[in-house]
Amino acid sequence: MSDQAVRAGTKSRRGAEDPAIVRWTLIFLAFLAMIILVVIPLANVFYEAFAKGVGTYWDNLYNDPDTLSAILMTLKVAPAAVLLNVVFGFAAAWTIARFRFQGRTLLTSLIDLPFAVSPVVAGLLFVLLFGLQGLFGQWLRDEGIRIIFTWPGLVLATTFVTFPIVARELIPLMEATGSDEEVAAVSLGARWWSLLWRVTLPNIKWGILYGVILCNARAMGEFGAVAVVSGRITGQTDTMPLRVEKLFQEYNLPGAFAVASVLTLLALITLVLKGTLEWRTRREIAEAARLRTARSEA
Amino acid sequence: MLDINRRILPGFGLSLGYTLLYMNLLVLIPIAVLAIKASQLSWSEFSAAVFNERAIAAYQLTMGASFLAALVNLVIGLLIAWVLVRYRFPGKQIFDALVDLPFALPTAVAGLVYSSLYVKKGWLGQFLVPLGFQGAYSRTAVVLVLIFVSFPFVVRTVQPVIEDLDADMEEAAACLGANRLQTFTRVILPTITPALITGFALAFARAIGEYGSVVFVSGNMPYKTEIAPVLVVSNLEAFQYKQAAAVAVALLVLSFSALVAINVLERWARRKHV
Repeated sequence: MSDQAVRAGTKSRRGAEDPAIVRWTLIFLAFLAMIILVVIPLANVFYEAFAKGVGTYWDNLYNDPDTLSAILMTLKVAPAAVLLNVVFGFAAAWTIARFRFQGRTLLTSLIDLPFAVSPVVAGLLFVLLFGLQGLFGQWLRDEGIRIIFTWPGLVLATTFVTFPIVARELIPLMEATGSDEEVAAVSLGARWWSLLWRVTLPNIKWGILYGVILCNARAMGEFGAVAVVSGRITGQTDTMPLRVEKLFQEYNLPGAFAVASVLTLLALITLVLKGTLEWRTRREIAEAARLRTARSEA
Repeated sequence: MLDINRRILPGFGLSLGYTLLYMNLLVLIPIAVLAIKASQLSWSEFSAAVFNERAIAAYQLTMGASFLAALVNLVIGLLIAWVLVRYRFPGKQIFDALVDLPFALPTAVAGLVYSSLYVKKGWLGQFLVPLGFQGAYSRTAVVLVLIFVSFPFVVRTVQPVIEDLDADMEEAAACLGANRLQTFTRVILPTITPALITGFALAFARAIGEYGSVVFVSGNMPYKTEIAPVLVVSNLEAFQYKQAAAVAVALLVLSFSALVAINVLERWARRKHV
């Protein structure tokens, strides 16, 4: 919270304070909105998942081979997409935050492009490229390579949808840390690998972790893009969200909610990790600012 | 200083090359192929795929429901951002963290829960359905789930701006005889308007493209509750690849022009008040 906000909350600023009745009405309304929009749905997921007892819940998750294969598929696709995007995110941040070149602004805004593309359209893009009717369809078939309706297609679609996330975290972070330490390291004779391992990466490790967490949450939860490229082959190309829909359509609601409860748990873990990391980076920034003022006073 | 970087720091060529290659392979070339595919249709085929009655009904629903959802989020988002910054109450940190839940929760889960909450026997439906509020398998259902999915945007764009508001301005307004409501509408609201517009735009753009949650709750009835992304899928399932590409291009144009329009509006609002 900034200084002004803190001051505004104290008694001395009566002109910037709302009357108690307004205050409590607004707090009540905010809670009401939050409970209806978020809390009730959250509680409902777990209620419905366990409605038939813990035994059924476990059966639905572990003793259904198609659900199990969907869980494994998600555990395979999401990390692959995250890895690809972390490497890209770092390369993009190194390029954009450390150097000036022509077209830099354009490059920065192009990174956001996938956010403006509907996930379904994203899936369609890869069907048009690699599907049987697609640009490379005939060639891929002759070579015996399958991308659409198999896991590489899922990875491609998921990577597209989560493409900007890591880069968007790292670019502002690397701009904020600045290049002084790196320039100093190189001047002192550091080679590129020790520059990377000893200077650059330690400075941005929490930022990378933050990007990984956000990217992973989105990758595990992606629905529209993977629905289009997966062909929805039960037991083979279903991911967890696709499995939720299939169980829902088969009127197996306890099953659908069981898978959904696992995804919800992942979302809650994501929120906790995200909160912790934000708290941690905020403390680090405050610490750095404190040191800087101490140094300038001395 | 940064000009020197290129002579001192390693890897400019490599990282720029990799960034461009990756972006071209994964994003730009696929989008170009989409445009090429759609352009293989003649104009009459294209307009038959994009402007038929069923498609137009779907665009109308997509745009209308997204707009309504973003509008509702504008009000709720401002309320929650204000309460979070200005007031103290128990459970505030958990409240703050829960705002991000719609970003972290898979959309399929959101769709599944919303489809069970508002049916006749659901937790909320048992009270609302007798009142005539059909919150599942209807257009209302589409709006409801879009509100959930795009809910955090307004809160998160407005929150930092309210934190940075200058309390002196509010003091001054109060000293000059303005009541609290006048201070809010004349002093506070104009300052946070650009952020409100940004939040609205992000929520709107997100809602236009949303698919996963809506297919669960809407029932996908043509002319009634079918949204535009569903058209792409149904064309694909009929193996009409070019038609699917045409509708996809129309969708892209819609969301891009919405973003550009709101960008212009935002810049205008910012200039007016700075």
